[in-house]
Amino acid sequence: MSRIGVFLCYCGSNIAGTVDVEAVAEMARSLPEVVYVETNKYTCSDPGQEGVKNAIIEKGIDRVVVGACSPRMHEPTWRKLLADTPVNPYMLEVANLREQCSWVHKDREVATAKAIDLVKMAVAKVARLQPLHSIEIPVHKKALVIGGGIAGMQTALDIADAGFQVTIVERETSLGGKMVMLDKTFPTMDCSACICTPKMSEVGNHPNITVKSYSEVENVSGYIGNFEVTIREKAKFIDYNLCTGCGACETKCPAKVTNAFEQGMSQRTAIYKMFPQAVPAKPVIDAEHCLKLTTGKCGVCSKVCPTGAINYEDEDKLTTETYGAVVFATGYKLIDWKPLYPEYGGGKYEDVITGLQFERLVNASGPTEGHVLRPSDRTEPKSVVIIKCVGSRDPNKGKAYCSRACCMYSAKHAHQYLDKVPDGKCYVFYMDVRTPGKGYDEFYMNTLHDGAQYIRGRVSKIYKEGDKLICKGEDTLTSSQVTVSADMVVLETAMVPADGIDELAAKFTVGRDADSWLVEAHAKLRPVETNTAGIYLAGTCQGPKDIPDSVCQAGAAASKVIGLLNKDALQSNPQISRVNETLCQGDGACVNICPYGAISIVEKQFRENSRKVVRPVAQVNPGLCQGCGACTVTCRAGAMDLLGYTNESIMREVDALCQW
Amino acid sequence: MMKYAYFPGCSANTTGKSFTVSTAYVAEKIGVELVEIPDWNCCGTSAAALTSPELAVALPARSLAIADRELPGLDVVAPCAGCYRSLKTSLAFARESEENRELIKKIINAPYEAKADVLTLLDVLATDEARETIAAKVQRKLRCLKVACYYGCAMVRPADVCECDNVEDPMEMDDLMELIGAEPVDWAFKTECCGAAQQMTIPVQAKPMIERIFQNAVANGADCIVTSCPLCMLNLDMREAEINRARVANGLEPFDIPCYYFTELIGLAFGADPDEVGIDIHFHPAKTLLLQRELDALELEEAENIARAEEARKKAEMAAKIAAKKAEKAAKEKAAKEAAAQAAAQPEEGKEAAE
Amino acid sequence: MRFLDLSAISDADKQACEAIARDAGVNLKDCYQCGKCTAGCPLAESMDLVPREVIRYLQLGAVDVVLEAKTPWICAQCVVCSSRCPQNVDICSVMRAVRLASKHAGKRPVPEADIFDDEFIANVRAHGVSNEQYLAAAYNVKSGHFVQDMGNATRMLKRGMVGVAMHNTKGRANVAALVDRALAADSTRRAQADEGKGGEA
Repeated sequence: MSRIGVFLCYCGSNIAGTVDVEAVAEMARSLPEVVYVETNKYTCSDPGQEGVKNAIIEKGIDRVVVGACSPRMHEPTWRKLLADTPVNPYMLEVANLREQCSWVHKDREVATAKAIDLVKMAVAKVARLQPLHSIEIPVHKKALVIGGGIAGMQTALDIADAGFQVTIVERETSLGGKMVMLDKTFPTMDCSACICTPKMSEVGNHPNITVKSYSEVENVSGYIGNFEVTIREKAKFIDYNLCTGCGACETKCPAKVTNAFEQGMSQRTAIYKMFPQAVPAKPVIDAEHCLKLTTGKCGVCSKVCPTGAINYEDEDKLTTETYGAVVFATGYKLIDWKPLYPEYGGGKYEDVITGLQFERLVNASGPTEGHVLRPSDRTEPKSVVIIKCVGSRDPNKGKAYCSRACCMYSAKHAHQYLDKVPDGKCYVFYMDVRTPGKGYDEFYMNTLHDGAQYIRGRVSKIYKEGDKLICKGEDTLTSSQVTVSADMVVLETAMVPADGIDELAAKFTVGRDADSWLVEAHAKLRPVETNTAGIYLAGTCQGPKDIPDSVCQAGAAASKVIGLLNKDALQSNPQISRVNETLCQGDGACVNICPYGAISIVEKQFRENSRKVVRPVAQVNPGLCQGCGACTVTCRAGAMDLLGYTNESIMREVDALCQW
Repeated sequence: MMKYAYFPGCSANTTGKSFTVSTAYVAEKIGVELVEIPDWNCCGTSAAALTSPELAVALPARSLAIADRELPGLDVVAPCAGCYRSLKTSLAFARESEENRELIKKIINAPYEAKADVLTLLDVLATDEARETIAAKVQRKLRCLKVACYYGCAMVRPADVCECDNVEDPMEMDDLMELIGAEPVDWAFKTECCGAAQQMTIPVQAKPMIERIFQNAVANGADCIVTSCPLCMLNLDMREAEINRARVANGLEPFDIPCYYFTELIGLAFGADPDEVGIDIHFHPAKTLLLQRELDALELEEAENIARAEEARKKAEMAAKIAAKKAEKAAKEKAAKEAAAQAAAQPEEGKEAAE
Repeated sequence: MRFLDLSAISDADKQACEAIARDAGVNLKDCYQCGKCTAGCPLAESMDLVPREVIRYLQLGAVDVVLEAKTPWICAQCVVCSSRCPQNVDICSVMRAVRLASKHAGKRPVPEADIFDDEFIANVRAHGVSNEQYLAAAYNVKSGHFVQDMGNATRMLKRGMVGVAMHNTKGRANVAALVDRALAADSTRRAQADEGKGGEA
């Protein structure tokens, strides 16, 4: 026989205003196994809590029902209270008499009847609960940051400055991400490279940071505090211990490859650094285009290298390490607008370019050394059209969302163009101008005063007549059809998640939305955490944002990581799934449904009918299981049980509701 | 043998005569059999759509139902883009639901299960089989002829009804023109509307629709427009003169850009005389350009032949020089060898002599 | 400049706009007035309201403005607006639905367009096929544009494209009956819709 104590709260008039708490108490006293019932004006207050504690001791109570507000509110309070008593903190059931009863009903009689049912159910359930115990999970005091753009670098620096080891995995050959491609940054117009490259070298030189460039995450297992991550470092064909970064090889390499860093507007060699200030400041050989590696002929770089650092036999390297926390900072790319917008030429007009291409065109270290020259004939465009929302706010052809940074950078582009080509004309086609940010609207107004002609309306078509690009739009403010004969058109295209995000997120069981942006645990209150404990988000992998916001979020993610790594061990949540191996068929339905990758199938030996048999059964990883219960409802054999919410205890609740 | 049910459309024997004639010519040459749907009726075109939705789906459905019944297993070809869109719209409606089919059956008072697909003539000629046959039948490549392929609006839009995956820049006609040696230009008004009905109802306002099409074709280097729809053709070809009169009055250069059906040009490439495929009854003079380009092509060919001959001559000359040099070199080497042998022999001789 | 007292727009007006949207299969709220439809319209410069404004007045519930507008009667139904709309609003269908609503309300802001289509259907009803020369002649007489395209008619005659012979389909009686049944079905549907509206009110 258990000894159940029931503690009912008035919550001032919050509950008592609608529910006759005393009538509920009266009923509770009649329930089997209930040895004590108490009502209180505010059970959660200090004297209220003291009363509960005393009653537990005095009445020898071993299970507790609290009828009060939502367990979301105070369940942790009650568990903490029980930890100070002989009662196990999990021998507790909270009946939600406020959010799900008094607040949603007006009729006192009805509400009271419902409260009675809720308490009956709680009592029935609590009688079936078993004591549960947390386990201690050790925390590996090392963090992994995936992505070396501005968000990843900031996160890594903040964690490293707090004294923890950090590894950055960067897929490209250098740190820097998108920011280092940009020319200037709004609204202050400081040079992007000038503020980004010092960060890069700080990261590269930080004693607590290991940079793994040209590397990708291959495999992941484990859980919060203990992620075992295998990283594939792609073959660079250069021994970085010998290479001095002198660049002799790059000047002699005969292969010519389209330069992705310059957005396809120039060429690079097959042995190359992404850009002069790259970190690491050493080249790699692009195996796909290297003549030596593709045809066996050449080998010039090896001949000119003064330190003998070239190694054509180099292979990918796999390394596995354990990390306590992981931060996604995988960033974005621009949407491939070409197949989506045949009405804008679909890519057949060379002088219809993207915003990132424009960034390279105005950049002093870009292919035109900062002179605005259109790609087709390298002449200075005297008339430029900027079109916003290409692929954004366009569910028909692109994405429904607003890409958030484009309003500002299109204003910046207009400003930069007019600055560099004072006799030029600049037209910006827009639907809205969204400038919520410090100094942002002022920046936009300045651009208007610079002489940028803003036209409210989407462009319907871009076509060529002679060497002009005719942009046909509507000025919706005057209801006029308008055309501009432009020399160059800049499309401010939508941000979309970086390539490969789906596969990478799946490896870490991080959730994605319909557009593959990574999903935060709570849009407002847990913006940098994911639903998988120990994994955090920084920058545009979570959704489009500008540099200030990315840096902010990076700092926030770092502080969460620091908080975690500061602990030596974590208390696990004991309310997790348990396998009844006798019933388990080993069919793996639970493995497929588990959103956290917490269940696996293992071969196990059993004695059945006095014979040894080996058969597959499910196994739950207590570090990964978050107690969501998906497996318990999926298992056809009924072999999965969620501790604290066992099938039996829930059936008792149902019985309590239906049979009495 | 490719066989289709044929929906000629109301203009087939009148304003679209050249299309009908040239289509028949090409079809015969490449072994496409077009069996006219017996007792077909007008598709209703946009007039029906703007009168009643029921009428718009029922008028085409009657002909399609006859085709299903009388010509089972054959898909329907509608060369006119206006007809094509009406038939396709009706077909899509019928295939959407049983309920829709019931409505149609009630109105047309006949059974109808929407079995046959509806195709454009371009669909028929752009199949791999047809393209191979066309390529094989070409007798005279229409080289030097720069064509702006004009598809019009009704063949491509609405994209879901017309099952068109490139409404802005379709390529089927361009590819066919390339196949017969013509040079399709890259231009931007392939699927802009020419406003066939509007030229009747609001003639003054609708003229720029045509003018802009000519304008863009000329600006992109075309010397003629190639169409696949009798309504577009009539509109562009017949009204070019009026547009030019207005342009001259406004001090602008008049256009001189003939229009052809794509089937006419394929016919020409097959060796037809222009009159055989209906080019004689165009409004804007259409023969001179063809003659000019035929001459250009011959001259080009001549120039190419001369260039080839010159190239061959140069090659032969160089080969001869190389041979001569080699012979010279070999002779020198031989001489040197002999000299060396002699020199080697001499001391021996000397020795001998000394001995 | 038009003045609209938004408070004076009645529920009936709003419902009439919604009914037009329903006929066109669109949700008016999808339109965010970007103007891409108007930008690409080959006839926008001849319209009294640009296509975007037609949608805007429907959004506002100003049904009378829309029913009196010439725009839907000028529209060539070329579908370029719908195919490029970022919000998947089938503007072209809206034009058709407005035009039908306007026609059924007894309005014809561009009489020529109405006459042309009526004559076209009459021609088809009578002969099963459309006889272009008779259609053009009937149109010229009814619209009062007696000499329109007369020069072209002569040119067509010369080329043997048109003649005096009238083309008919064999089953023209059949087609005439079809047209009548279709138009009857059309008016039954509209009557039912009106009744439904009455019932709701």
